[in-house]
Amino acid sequence: MQIYRWTLTMALSIVHRATGIALYVGTLLLAWWLIAAASGPAAYAHVQAFTGSIIGRLIMFGYTWALMHHMLSGIRHFVWDLGYGFKANEREALTWGALIGGIALTVLIWIIAYATGGGR
Amino acid sequence: MVEFALPKNSKITGGKTWPKPAGATEFREFRVYRWNPDDGKNPSVDTYYVDTNDCGPMVLDGLIWIKNHIDPSLTFRRSCREGVCGSCAMNIDGQNTLACTRSMHDVKDGAVKINPLPHQPVVKDLVPDLTNFYAQYASVEPWLKTTSPTPQKEWRQSHEDREKLDGLYECILCACCSTSCPSYWWNSDRYLGPAALLQANRWVSDSRDEATGERLDNLEDPFRLYRCHTIMNCAKACPKGLNPAEAIAELKLKMVERQI
Repeated sequence: MQIYRWTLTMALSIVHRATGIALYVGTLLLAWWLIAAASGPAAYAHVQAFTGSIIGRLIMFGYTWALMHHMLSGIRHFVWDLGYGFKANEREALTWGALIGGIALTVLIWIIAYATGGGR
Repeated sequence: MVEFALPKNSKITGGKTWPKPAGATEFREFRVYRWNPDDGKNPSVDTYYVDTNDCGPMVLDGLIWIKNHIDPSLTFRRSCREGVCGSCAMNIDGQNTLACTRSMHDVKDGAVKINPLPHQPVVKDLVPDLTNFYAQYASVEPWLKTTSPTPQKEWRQSHEDREKLDGLYECILCACCSTSCPSYWWNSDRYLGPAALLQANRWVSDSRDEATGERLDNLEDPFRLYRCHTIMNCAKACPKGLNPAEAIAELKLKMVERQI
């Protein structure tokens, strides 16, 4: 296995899985936030303090990227499942699209979030 | 199962560097996987220097040159030397391809690194044991199956129906695609792999074949067909420019279409 030269589609296939697993963990965080919000101001403030910290923000940024990347990569798989996009240039374009699009969307969301005052 | 590291007795250790050929002015360095079942040692990677002024341009030319001039014990399969037979499939510079159609000058930066096809038992040096691969090919029953009475002459097919087999019938069963597939590396006992599935689609797509339903039934299994995760290494590796990933997608579509 170690001798095989990495290909883009191969790398993104495993990234799709990794982001999928990350989303499980991220969803747990989301559930934690919702439960805290439901159970009172003290618990809620506790969660807010965590997600507001540098580490919390990094995790949230990673979660956003995992979500965006997994979504676009999922669309890519959907296109393939419909039987399109199998030519060499098409599959490379789709894969680059998912990679760059995922990062771009993530940065965009965070810029908007900060611009609208979400990041205080 | 998933294997990230090699088992202990497969770890690559050391290797011999053979002297540069005397009198030669231009060399190409070859690093070739070596394993001999008889000496009880672990595999190694030997380094050879090929005299490029005395040798053809292809990687296979280099291997034959090594065998003729340096080390007659180097073992590999080869036959047609023009990309028709599929015997000399191996991993060159990290990609599965045919040694006879890959130019050694297309291999960039430094040595030409040659390994046997990944994740197959090795018989010796660059010769993999493809028994399982061939058995999987046999399991798709790659022959015309009919129930209607045999016609007086040949089975007729329109030009359009014949065109449906383009991109499928050209497969030479070199195993480059299947052994490039991470899914196949880890589930080759249950997943048929790109080559066998491309062949399955070749017979499912044949207008003369009358066992389409039976063939699809045979693939209706979580492993046999559906371990394909569109990783696309197969299509990238195929030395004949075929697209097994697309053939598998077509099979999956046919599975769904017949239920509607």
